[in-house]
Amino acid sequence: MDAGPVLWVLSQTCELESVRRGRAKPMSGVMKRMGMIFRAKANKALDRAEDPRETLDYSYQKQLELLQKVRRGVADVATSRKRLELQLNQLQSQSSKLEDQGRKALALGREDLAREALSRRAALQQQVTDLETQHSTLQGEEEKLTLAAQRLQAKVDAFRTKKETIKATYTAAQAQTRIGEAFSGISEEMGDVGLAIQRAEDKTAQLQARAGAIDELLASGALDDPSGMHKDDIQAELDRLSGGTDVELELQRMKAELAGGPSAQQQAIEGGTGQGSAQQQSQQQDTPRFDKQ
Amino acid sequence: MIVRIMGEGQVKLADSHFAELNKLDDELLAEMENGDGPGFRHTLHALLDKVRALGTPLPDDSLEPSELILPAPDATLEEVRTMLSGDGLIPG
Repeated sequence: MDAGPVLWVLSQTCELESVRRGRAKPMSGVMKRMGMIFRAKANKALDRAEDPRETLDYSYQKQLELLQKVRRGVADVATSRKRLELQLNQLQSQSSKLEDQGRKALALGREDLAREALSRRAALQQQVTDLETQHSTLQGEEEKLTLAAQRLQAKVDAFRTKKETIKATYTAAQAQTRIGEAFSGISEEMGDVGLAIQRAEDKTAQLQARAGAIDELLASGALDDPSGMHKDDIQAELDRLSGGTDVELELQRMKAELAGGPSAQQQAIEGGTGQGSAQQQSQQQDTPRFDKQ
Repeated sequence: MIVRIMGEGQVKLADSHFAELNKLDDELLAEMENGDGPGFRHTLHALLDKVRALGTPLPDDSLEPSELILPAPDATLEEVRTMLSGDGLIPG
């Protein structure tokens, strides 16, 4: 017997639970070997490589961190810009104050004071110009960084979508393999499921056919009805004949009814339901027999 | 423990029955390896009967992985031997 591949397969599937628990020797028995081979095939179908979903998640995490850094950069630049704006405001209000003071000094005839005020204002003005340059530079930086952050955000979003798609696909594939594994993943086993469905369909058809046949047999009197609900052919004929008289009776009753007499429909309805329940009973009695086939 | 009988369905068995089935299973393997056709058939049927008697069948629509798999009742010694050798149950 060519045992080589079996040994190889067995060496691949030594994690079989019953083996791990020490209940069974890994090498014995037909049903164990068959089970192991099925499992080995199913496991082979499941990619043994590292889970790509974890890698994707890690990569996404890294991208998020990068995005966070860029955003923090944007926030830092924005803070600096605001500080500059505050300083500029202060300088400008100081500058206009000095201008006012110069004007007042001139009005009071103190040209020397006015000159002092204006020269201080000129120095402030220089600072303002410098700060304004810095401000516009910072503003440019901020805009660039904001744009970069937006682009990165879009990329990270796109990556996340793609990652989720890949993960979903992977999970679906894995689930499919697992379902395959559950059916033992193999054509023979899938055929087995097909067989099960076929069996169920056959069983239903057979039951229906048998129920019909039994009704006929019971009606003809060839089969004894243990429930005593069905009648033999003679009784059936008698019933039919008496049924005929019933019809006559019925007609008479109806005529009487039309003439203003009491209703006689009740009797006809009761006769109908009696036969229906007898049929159901014979079907139920037969059901367990088919399960053993 | 879930046991599949090929072509028939799945059966749930208590682990305590394992030792009992193990004996028949080992016997079956020995007969297969010795090429004892009639013995194989007899033991296979005994094993299948025992599994059916001790276990409760799973509904057809249940989805459980089988831990053990048994050949179909009409499987021949050669068929089982082929399944257990070469490429196993599915080629490739």
